[in-house]
Amino acid sequence: MKVLLGIGGADDSLDALHETVERAVETGDEVTVAVVENPDSDRSPEDIVEVARETLTEAGLEADVRQLSGDPGSSIVQLAETEEFDQIVLGGGQRSPMGKIRLGNIAEFVLLNARVSVKLVR
Amino acid sequence: MSDERAYPDEVADEFPRPPREFEDGEGRTIEVRAWEGEHGPGDDAFEAVVEMYVEFDPADRAQGVPPVGEERIREWLENLFEQDGYDVLAWDDDEVAGHATLVPDNESTYELAIFVHQDYQGAGIGTKLIEALLGHGQEHGAEYVWLTVERWNRPAVALYEKVGFDTAAAESFEMEMAIRLN
Repeated sequence: MKVLLGIGGADDSLDALHETVERAVETGDEVTVAVVENPDSDRSPEDIVEVARETLTEAGLEADVRQLSGDPGSSIVQLAETEEFDQIVLGGGQRSPMGKIRLGNIAEFVLLNARVSVKLVR
Repeated sequence: MSDERAYPDEVADEFPRPPREFEDGEGRTIEVRAWEGEHGPGDDAFEAVVEMYVEFDPADRAQGVPPVGEERIREWLENLFEQDGYDVLAWDDDEVAGHATLVPDNESTYELAIFVHQDYQGAGIGTKLIEALLGHGQEHGAEYVWLTVERWNRPAVALYEKVGFDTAAAESFEMEMAIRLN
């Protein structure tokens, strides 16, 4: 399966990176990582690109990591459509102080606009 | 996300302080009390709260809380109570009918959540419980309180509006509401 993992650097997106890589090692999924700018994240896109490359390489996978510019949600959806990915994977949301799950703005946009299946990692 | 939250300029009126005793819509005597001091596993109150959440109807969960299963519930509550916020319980004799909490976010802002057991819903307990929680927080100097609610949960939104919450952000699946206590 051709999987497009969209990450912006929030903690939940790093969990999604690890889960997706682990699964790809088991299943042989082809993983492309799209790094977007997430205004809610403290980490810079350049750092995230580096983290993603290292994680993929260490797992023995090809390090196909792209840095996308422009609106994060729509650039992920657009890439998924133009390159015919089977699935988009995203972080499954952050927890509030009292433990409520809150979906990020990027996840909301992708869920509503994507034409392929979207997986949220918890 | 949270930095976009708009708090009302106006300070809310004074809320009734706990304890409060009243007869609910079903004729049960309910006492709303602040839950102060240390609370942890083994305390009678803690165990009564665990019991309420274990029986809590999963259909009434919101955004993943309360979690399902006793072990997860205990973990969640222990983490919640470590954070040194404010808690108020609604008691029917020795059973917990509802729990409302303010969890500190930073020095002056708190996240609010309220849970009423399904056997006690629709009897006016939620209003008394949330008022008592806001009164308790106000008494201790809490300034800003916010919450998130799924926008389709009309009864909850109506309750929050009734006690004075304003919509603070509405562009997400969940809407944020806020109030100023002090």
